[in-house]
Amino acid sequence: MNMELSRRQFLGAAGAGVAGTALGAFGFGDIEAAHAEAIRAFKLVNTTETRNTCPYCSVACGVIMYSKGDLKKGEKAEIIHIEGDTDHPTNRGTLCPKGAALLDFVKSETRLKYPMIRKPGLDKFEQVTWDEALDRIARLMKDDRDANFIQTNGDGVTVNRWTTTGFLAASATTNETAWETYKVVRSTGMVAFDNQARV
Amino acid sequence: MTNSWTDIKNTDLVIIMGGNAAEAHPCGFKWVTEAKANRGAKLIVVDPRFTRSASVADFYAPIRQGTDIAFLLGVMNYCISNNKVQWDYVRAFTNASYIVKDGFAYQDGLFTGYDEAKRDYDKSTWDYVIGDDGYAVVDDTLTHPRCVWNLLKQHIAVYTAEMVERICGTPKEKFLKVAEMISECSSPTKAMTSMYALGWTQHSKGSQNIRSMAMLQLILGNIGIRGGGMNALRGHSNIQGLTDIGLMSNLLPGYLTLPTEKEVDFDSYMSTRGFKPLRPNQMSYWQNYRKFFVSFQKAMWGASATPENNFAYDWLPKLDLPSYDVLRAFELMNQGKMNGYVCQGFNPLLAAPNRAKLTASLSKLTYLVTMDPLDTETARFWENHGEFNDVDSSQIQTEVIQLPSTCFAEDEGSLTNSGRWLQWHWPGGTPPGEAKTDNWIMAQIHMRLKDLYRKEGGAFPDPIVNLDWAYADPGEPTAEELAKEINGKALATVYDTADPTKVLAETGKLVPSFAALRDDGSTTCGCWIYSGCFNENGNNMARRDTSDPDETGAYLKWAFSWPVNRRILYNRASADLTGKAWDPSRKLIEWDGEKWSGYDVPDIAPTAKPEEVGPFIMNPEGVSRLFTRGMMRDGPFPAHYEPFESPVANLVAPNVRGNPAARVFQDDFAQFAETASAEFPYAATSYRLTEHFHYWTKHVWVNAVLQPEFFVEISEELAKEKGITHGGWVRVWSKRGSVRAKAVVTKRIKPLICDGKAVHVVGIPLHWGFTGAARKGFGPNSLTPFVGDANIETPEYKAFLVNIEPTTGPVA
Ligand code: SF4
Repeated sequence: MNMELSRRQFLGAAGAGVAGTALGAFGFGDIEAAHAEAIRAFKLVNTTETRNTCPYCSVACGVIMYSKGDLKKGEKAEIIHIEGDTDHPTNRGTLCPKGAALLDFVKSETRLKYPMIRKPGLDKFEQVTWDEALDRIARLMKDDRDANFIQTNGDGVTVNRWTTTGFLAASATTNETAWETYKVVRSTGMVAFDNQARV
Repeated sequence: MTNSWTDIKNTDLVIIMGGNAAEAHPCGFKWVTEAKANRGAKLIVVDPRFTRSASVADFYAPIRQGTDIAFLLGVMNYCISNNKVQWDYVRAFTNASYIVKDGFAYQDGLFTGYDEAKRDYDKSTWDYVIGDDGYAVVDDTLTHPRCVWNLLKQHIAVYTAEMVERICGTPKEKFLKVAEMISECSSPTKAMTSMYALGWTQHSKGSQNIRSMAMLQLILGNIGIRGGGMNALRGHSNIQGLTDIGLMSNLLPGYLTLPTEKEVDFDSYMSTRGFKPLRPNQMSYWQNYRKFFVSFQKAMWGASATPENNFAYDWLPKLDLPSYDVLRAFELMNQGKMNGYVCQGFNPLLAAPNRAKLTASLSKLTYLVTMDPLDTETARFWENHGEFNDVDSSQIQTEVIQLPSTCFAEDEGSLTNSGRWLQWHWPGGTPPGEAKTDNWIMAQIHMRLKDLYRKEGGAFPDPIVNLDWAYADPGEPTAEELAKEINGKALATVYDTADPTKVLAETGKLVPSFAALRDDGSTTCGCWIYSGCFNENGNNMARRDTSDPDETGAYLKWAFSWPVNRRILYNRASADLTGKAWDPSRKLIEWDGEKWSGYDVPDIAPTAKPEEVGPFIMNPEGVSRLFTRGMMRDGPFPAHYEPFESPVANLVAPNVRGNPAARVFQDDFAQFAETASAEFPYAATSYRLTEHFHYWTKHVWVNAVLQPEFFVEISEELAKEKGITHGGWVRVWSKRGSVRAKAVVTKRIKPLICDGKAVHVVGIPLHWGFTGAARKGFGPNSLTPFVGDANIETPEYKAFLVNIEPTTGPVA
């Protein structure tokens, strides 16, 4: 094949279902085009590509996720393949043994699917609805806050502090989630608020 | 990182100490390989184990864990004694010439002002002499006996090569070889980069480990230049971001700090945050603190934060203690003083130290909430898993609510990598079952709390019911909406202060950067250091232009780097006093007589004259600090302290145990093994493996297959002494717990000879628990002591004492 063609352009054109003409436009001769048409389409052609970064370490390697279905079109989407992003300046397409196995994280058997509650003294979780779980959390938090909130200290200084419930934030959530979490948690006056950076 | 992953290719010498990049950051380590292949760079590894990084190093030197400060001060001593100092840099860009107050001294391991009962210092003498003009007194000749340079020389004189060998167990000739290689980088045309990670942070003096290297890098003139810097490799994908946004007990976003209860009102809060320059003409950029603070308060409480109520200053909690870090939280739980705990993507039962104490603490809670994409040990701490979690569920009264969250592949937003790049990512898959985004979950909790307070009233509802929450769907703010809030916007037209006819931001528009923030309530900004990430130019974090003029590795058009897209911090220091690059082949920015420009966004006001304004603009001195005044709890200079559990006594200060300024809770002290304990004779350390990421990938089939089972590593010598066979079962125990593991007997670990005594190292990787696809196992935290770094409370995971013996396998 006598041309410079990026993988991306190729997939874009081929995926449009006009392989013959498009390949011609790319500069294939007739024979090459006929040959190309006879080949079974590349498996990932009918997938949606999405850019992401590896969620594990802070090298933050670029990845491309391939899914059946397109979230942007409001469809259900199932990720079927994840690989390194060759355009990414840090990893240039490479992934380590963790990044290379990301699909198995997405599809892990121990992914959580439903809210669960374990009642005091019991030895198992029970599935509950989101409303039940969230209402319960809000109730528990408010009762504890109302009972223990410290508005002023011994010297009469306004301190507006809540010390009896704590919050440990993640270290792999997005900055945007972090900011929203900051707002929600700090507005309650909670002080035992930390993240994984310390550990 | 001061620099970035891609910048490492510009280095001449890489030192990996306190980390193991080839194992733990493989795709970042490739930039070391680039530097070696393309520039002939050398790699030095200093580590207790012959690691994967060591296996590709040009030179490897062993070191006993917890003795890095002695080693680094030894290197500093070598460089100064052999005149391997970048003198122009040290004179102009550090506080070497500053005169220190007369009362300050160091003796027998302690600095002036120690209070043993409080385990704390009165730091009033740890400061400069201030002249009548209000500025710090300096002696540019560096001859004054009380100048920082001479005090430093005196302080490190004890760390000779012989002393380093006795403390660290590093053979003298190996130490000298490392010192000599490093000292070559004092040349203005040679750069060394320091790559470190939790091997330095997880010590009771972790901050000072890092400081020691930072000081060495300053003496060599390696900060602010291409291929140089202090490069914290960091752990999780957004550990940098979560910290930048201030999710720490004592922080506000952008490294502003929460008030303490001594700061009774806004004026007293601001009075300690004036940051008056300590030398003439210095920028002392924190002078803008008030703008960042007020804009943050406006982002929190919008129209309810007014000049009349001091922008809702009192709505922030005021601290009575230095911090409510994760160790203190568990201590409070254990004392019965904490009732509820929420873990958002955090598995403390495996991540925090002294597991027995953690289980006891969680068992005393009224409620525990967890949110994760994967099952966790924490969420199931009440469930019996035989020897792997030996609890009686019926005795645990904690109510546990486990919430399923989405994973990266189903979520949108930005993560900040170790090089401070904020990179946007997009969702590509539908979440399983009923899993929800964290944005949705947090909003739902907030809305419910707000409703309850509106309906029922209760303790001080104001900050909750007035929280600014103007999202299109209040039940689930979008990543874009939140990113714009973080960036900040103008509530009224913002004019340029230098030229009032120039508009920086029209009313209602996003601010271009933090330079447009104001302290009168006319701007909002969630996190000032991130301002510019999503402005009227669009989402800069989503930029994907890979152009890189002259291949400097800067990639200015890829994503967004904080602050203001700057790629190398302190880059003004890449040029000499006149503004010319120290090394023309390493040019970053230069002064053209009127302004600064070059490959990177200048880390200085564009028109600041080079002879007048120093490069370290965040410091009121305008220079960097070899002596850090009263800013660190455990001393203005680093000093060698042994770990709290040490196989040997402190050679330079025999009466000092551990770091004298580290906080220790009473019950925990009783659970430390004695120094040179006969009961616990071996020096243990924890670490990661390349096939696993913490406690997540044991849920991932491929990784569970690659490294299926918990093991510990010991030397052939120790194995022989204890009758342990390769692949055989061992029991390892500390004063706090016991684990059973397979033994890996290896040449990678060798006994170290410290002051004539053989010290055996036991290596304990950290990836197993009782959930997931891998075999059930233990983590090092079943064994580790409950004590943290004196400044930031990172637990001492890297150096503790254990015993080991052969045992039998678990009953099938
Ligand atoms: S692929 Fe490996 S090196 Fe890259 S970010 Fe993921 S864990 Fe880190």
